[in-house]
Amino acid sequence: MDTREHVPAMLEPFGRVLRKHPKVNEQLNRAMAPFENSAKVLLFSCNMCGQCLLHENGYTCLMNCPKQIRNGPCGGVRMNGHCEVLPEMECVWLKAERRSRVFPGRYLFVRLHAPLDWRRKGSSAILNAVAGFPGDTKANGKE
Amino acid sequence: MVPAESYRGRFERALRSGRPVITCEIGSPDGTDPAEVRKRAKLVRDYVDAVNVPDNTGGVVHAAPIAACAILAQEGIDPILHMTCRDRNRMALQSDMLAANLFGIRNILCLSGDHMIHGDQPQTKPVYDIDSVALIDMASHLTTTGTYLSGREIKPPPDLFPGCAAAPFAPPYEYRPIRLGKKVEAGARFVQTQIVFNVDRFREFMGRVHDLGLDRKVPILAGVAPIRSVKAATFMRDEVPGMEVPDRLIRRMEAAGDDKKKREAEGIAICVEIIEEIRKIPGVAGFHIMPIAWESAVAKISRDARLQPATAAPKPPPDAPVPAPIALPVSAASLSPVQR
Repeated sequence: MDTREHVPAMLEPFGRVLRKHPKVNEQLNRAMAPFENSAKVLLFSCNMCGQCLLHENGYTCLMNCPKQIRNGPCGGVRMNGHCEVLPEMECVWLKAERRSRVFPGRYLFVRLHAPLDWRRKGSSAILNAVAGFPGDTKANGKE
Repeated sequence: MVPAESYRGRFERALRSGRPVITCEIGSPDGTDPAEVRKRAKLVRDYVDAVNVPDNTGGVVHAAPIAACAILAQEGIDPILHMTCRDRNRMALQSDMLAANLFGIRNILCLSGDHMIHGDQPQTKPVYDIDSVALIDMASHLTTTGTYLSGREIKPPPDLFPGCAAAPFAPPYEYRPIRLGKKVEAGARFVQTQIVFNVDRFREFMGRVHDLGLDRKVPILAGVAPIRSVKAATFMRDEVPGMEVPDRLIRRMEAAGDDKKKREAEGIAICVEIIEEIRKIPGVAGFHIMPIAWESAVAKISRDARLQPATAAPKPPPDAPVPAPIALPVSAASLSPVQR
């Protein structure tokens, strides 16, 4: 998975700086993560995994799934479409599937997602995408 | 011990033979007696090509299935090990895959795992480091590249045969076949479905799977199970998410009455009828019988439904004399409480 495909090419020099200077990345993260966090939590009940898939899933945060499944839904969805673990919550994957029909990027909904890189949890997904971190081959063992 | 050549890869050979393949599930032991596993295996071994052992089903702790599978391998049965993402992170899962291979286990069914909220220890921390699709991907990565996820070489590389589950009876119904496609793309080599009670829904699912061409890429085994009682049926309907038991079947079980013999016969009859109906659906490569702690039913079902394993079973090992217990240098009683 390479998230850089959604990043404008003009940001590439900036991404290079982020990759080359971890200190710069860290400082920028410290400044940016709280803003990104509060905005995304308010709008999409984001969990700040740092490897955002909102744009691929109809702007539904999949990390709200109690099993944190990134290639869901699991086989335990109730007949009424609710979660097997939290019976009062609608399955996030059902919600994502419904919403992805409205938002652009439906074609992205069906693709395979690499497991999460837990080192990036809590960091700014935007900076990570610009730097190309989630697609880090070492982290996920995948190209 | 049975020579490894006779059972190793038997399941894959059976799937390649083109004949209908039969697998079944035995309960993983709830204690420490290896004879218990052998007893259950003996009940089913002549009727199936491979035997599944589940991993802490329903979030309730049992013995690790890897041990039960190792015993099955000693008995000359090709085991299918269930591996779930609930209890182990990606490092533990990789090392368990290698451990399975060391014991002669190569078939691995990759699952997300029942959440512990349904079990008897709901206070446990859920792991879910990766999901089932990533687990399939991991198993096929280990086998095809001969390296760990880090890229470090495994010498000699493992030989795994990863499979996956399918849940045609959980919403969103129209997305389920697509998700199965995702699993096949990740490297699943066989599919075992959730228990089919609602054949109409399953037919719809298989039609869509056929449209996507998945049944020609991987063999799909339909899950079937005998219903033992009205209580069991209502429990499966109400308490087990992702399972659909039509009221029609529950009424039939009620009509069979309380007599144990009668209701068990009715449960098996229902199962056989379902098998007959599934046989007519194109794209089904065989059956996976889940007797749910009722292993003796497998023989009856396969006789009544005329199910035959695709491959001939290797001979069971001769009854070896039971080895004498190993004498400990010190008895447990002589140790101090700390040492003990």
